Amino acid sequence: MNNEATRREVLKDTGKFILLSGAARVALQTMRGEPVVEPDKYKMAEHWWGMTIDIDKCIGCGNCVKACAAENDVPEGFFRTWVERYYVPDADLDSPQVDSPNGGFNGFPEINRPVNAKTFFVPKLCNHCAHSPCVQACPVGATFESPDGVVLVDQKYCIGCRYCVQACPYGCRYLDPRKNVVDKCTLCYHRITKGLTTACAEACPTGARKLADLKNPNDPVHEFLRDNHVEVLKPHLATGAKVFYKDMDEAVR
Amino acid sequence: MPGVEGFMYPNEVELQWSILIVLYPYITGLVAGAFILASLARVFNVKEVQPTYRLALLTALAFLLVAPLPLQLHLGHPERSFEMYLTPHRTSAMAMFGFVYLWYLLVVLLMEIWLDYRKDIVLFSQSETGFKKSFYKILTLGSKNISPRSLRIDDRVGWIVTVVGIPSAFLLHGYVGFIFGSVKANPWWNTPLMPVVFIFSAMVSGIAAVLLVYQIVNRTRGQKIDMLCLDTIAKYFLYVFLIDFSLEMLDLVHRIYEADESFRTLNFMVHTRLYFSQVILQIYLGTLLPIAMVALTQFVKFRERTRRVIYSIAASLALIGIFAMRWNVVIGGQLFSKSFLGYTTYKVGLVSREGLLSAIALMLLPIPILWVLLKLLPPWEERHQEVSPAPAR
Repeated sequence: MNNEATRREVLKDTGKFILLSGAARVALQTMRGEPVVEPDKYKMAEHWWGMTIDIDKCIGCGNCVKACAAENDVPEGFFRTWVERYYVPDADLDSPQVDSPNGGFNGFPEINRPVNAKTFFVPKLCNHCAHSPCVQACPVGATFESPDGVVLVDQKYCIGCRYCVQACPYGCRYLDPRKNVVDKCTLCYHRITKGLTTACAEACPTGARKLADLKNPNDPVHEFLRDNHVEVLKPHLATGAKVFYKDMDEAVR
Repeated sequence: MPGVEGFMYPNEVELQWSILIVLYPYITGLVAGAFILASLARVFNVKEVQPTYRLALLTALAFLLVAPLPLQLHLGHPERSFEMYLTPHRTSAMAMFGFVYLWYLLVVLLMEIWLDYRKDIVLFSQSETGFKKSFYKILTLGSKNISPRSLRIDDRVGWIVTVVGIPSAFLLHGYVGFIFGSVKANPWWNTPLMPVVFIFSAMVSGIAAVLLVYQIVNRTRGQKIDMLCLDTIAKYFLYVFLIDFSLEMLDLVHRIYEADESFRTLNFMVHTRLYFSQVILQIYLGTLLPIAMVALTQFVKFRERTRRVIYSIAASLALIGIFAMRWNVVIGGQLFSKSFLGYTTYKVGLVSREGLLSAIALMLLPIPILWVLLKLLPPWEERHQEVSPAPAR
């Protein structure tokens, strides 16, 4: 009898365990919105960022679009991330019907269509290409690939010529009409350098999109790339895209 | 969504490059074309076109001075455009524009005009009075030497500048073509033929412009039009236009025969939204008709007056056709989605910064500039009759 722990003891030990574990500290800091990684401890050379997207898990709720807009102050009518709905009739695989009402911000209204088709959602965002055509095109070097693999824009330097918008094959860039400079997905650089995930990935209820650090040997991205049929968008353009889609249909473009 | 058919990526709905960016290749094309016509007289010794030599140079200068304005007006932050000179990004096809422009303006065009006019400038600085005198004095850059020997040196150096100027003119405009042709994301632009097509269409438009300016200026001054000169220019106009048209058709045939992933989309676009500007304006009215008109004058003997009318109409049509070509490249390349699943619409604003009125104003601006240049540096021969006998040109 004496050997059995009382309820009080169990609670005490559990509490101690939680308090002492690093997880609690991280959880607490995350809750308070404090940086998990000290800024001076973040080493760019130790990371190589990308994203994985499991198309089968995307339900088209639009939470990612909303979270991104709120987190990054995205101007109305433009999108750092958006969701597309594909409808591919099996009688005509070449002509998928695609829609993305307001970028999928409010989800997707149901449409009654014949059922002899496959239909699915595809979240889109900047592919943070390793050989970015947009970076190549910028005449002043205002947009650049960071050493940790994120394509960013220096908005204090951008002249607003929009050549990069033309050069991006994926339609990920736009001119912010309030600042007259180009804006795009930063992969929530202000968050990921503090050990947090992106706003879109955090808001995704099904875990369809996940931030990936390709240089971190413990990151699940390695398993993801190993165990699945993975594809990037428009591979023939050889942009070195780093947003990896699982089981992507041939119709997606 | 209004104006959208099918699916556009959401950020693509609004066009990024407006009518002002249509003007940019149009105006630089006129510059390059006019210069190449001038070089015909200077380097290739086509004596018949000599009467247009100086006029072509001044026309090129008038347009070159305006060329960067539509770009400046288009930029989100024009005050930062100087960064292109300070920190050019080496991999960018656009970063070199400032340097190519300055090279062409300072080293080629201004130098050639100055060398060619140096004698006149010195004479003016002696014969004029008041403000004009000081103006020409500054233009002499301190050199009053117009001895036969020094003029011979001028001529020699001027010839070298023109020889350098020909590849520079090709560079100026071929480079503009490369800005579009090197965008792999856009199949409507992405072709190695783009710079070549741009150069030849530039020559067509430049020659057409000088053909018109020469007639208008001479008509205004009540001078006789040199018909041999006009006929020769028309002949070159025809030859260059045939090459230009063949290149554009080569591009078209290649696209149709290859029919790659983008073909269905582009084909549909040419048959719908671009039908008027591409098929009607550019190909039929702007290319085939003027080619046929000038070709006719090669086979049928028309009276002088008729020939002049034919040349003028053909040149005007060509100028419209080349403008349509620039429009179809710049605007057409943004009307379809890079997903190849839909199309958007371009609405030109009227009074906005990048609207129609700005475009018209910019397009008219070279005319007063040319007028001032003609006043300051008259290209005709009887300019110093009171001072000295006209040099035999």
